[in-house]
Amino acid sequence: MDSVRSDRTGEGQHIPIALKILIAGGFGVGKTTLVGAVSEIRPLQTEEVLSSVSEGTDDVSGVESKTTTTVAMDFGRITINEDLQVYLFGTPGQDRFWFLWDELAFGALGAVVLADTRRLADCFPSVDYFETRNTPFVVGVNCFDGLQRHSPDSVRNALDLDPDVPVLLCDARERQSGKDLLIALVEHVATRRDRVPAR
Amino acid sequence: MAADARHTDPDWLDLDAGPVVRPYTVTGGRVRPASGFDLVAFVVAAPLDRVDLAPLQPEHRLIIEIAQRPVAVAELAARVDLALGVVRVLLSDLLSAGLVVSYEPQPATALPNHDILQAVVNGLRAL
Repeated sequence: MDSVRSDRTGEGQHIPIALKILIAGGFGVGKTTLVGAVSEIRPLQTEEVLSSVSEGTDDVSGVESKTTTTVAMDFGRITINEDLQVYLFGTPGQDRFWFLWDELAFGALGAVVLADTRRLADCFPSVDYFETRNTPFVVGVNCFDGLQRHSPDSVRNALDLDPDVPVLLCDARERQSGKDLLIALVEHVATRRDRVPAR
Repeated sequence: MAADARHTDPDWLDLDAGPVVRPYTVTGGRVRPASGFDLVAFVVAAPLDRVDLAPLQPEHRLIIEIAQRPVAVAELAARVDLALGVVRVLLSDLLSAGLVVSYEPQPATALPNHDILQAVVNGLRAL
């Protein structure tokens, strides 16, 4: 593969540094709203070939025709400056799209896990996933109707989070609130980095 | 009658019906690109005036036009409005034809340094 990594192309064009941040959480928790509140949002379709995820099972082996399933993800870009772009990817909320997560999480700076205290269990899989992969994350407790039903600490306890994982109350519709979540995540990444030197 | 119906305008078909052509038709049924193309890899195409567009498929041409400036793979897929996997196969064609160059992101272990993280925080605050 003749891919290279450099700062300039042969034509003298500048290649920005791209940082990837995932927006995760249960179905309908406000991921699309959050991505749209802080960035220019576009839908990104992925078309997954079913036989590739069914490898190792017998039911599709020998079948010539392949079935594809379309998954739409939310995708947003924040231009920090000409050298630095932040890309946001809303992870698919349904469990059957877990196979997409590994690619999304690969090389990600970190994740924002949105939680709805009325359905807190919906974000357990996301929290588990990022803990297992050692991906830095923050939890945003989305207060849909402006009501704070639970304190951040009670959410932290309910999710059994490490003490250093930031938990913030947020309103996914508010740009400032979304920015605060992203800032908390990047600062969390910086803190972890200072504590655990990169190998 | 079924045979006649096929010749009438398909006015029952609107945008909500979704794509009529199956997504991997434009790749000739190929589903695996020859190489990676990370979601946030940047691709840059050869300058338009040095590319013979004539033998290329419309989708290849569109990619070359958009990638005149560095563009991330995910953004390219969103802009050409084709599925990510399809765009990767098309990019793979263009790569082997020497018409695009791909700049893969730094490996996951290479965390951005403190200055970069601080620049992101400052940039987000200023939004």
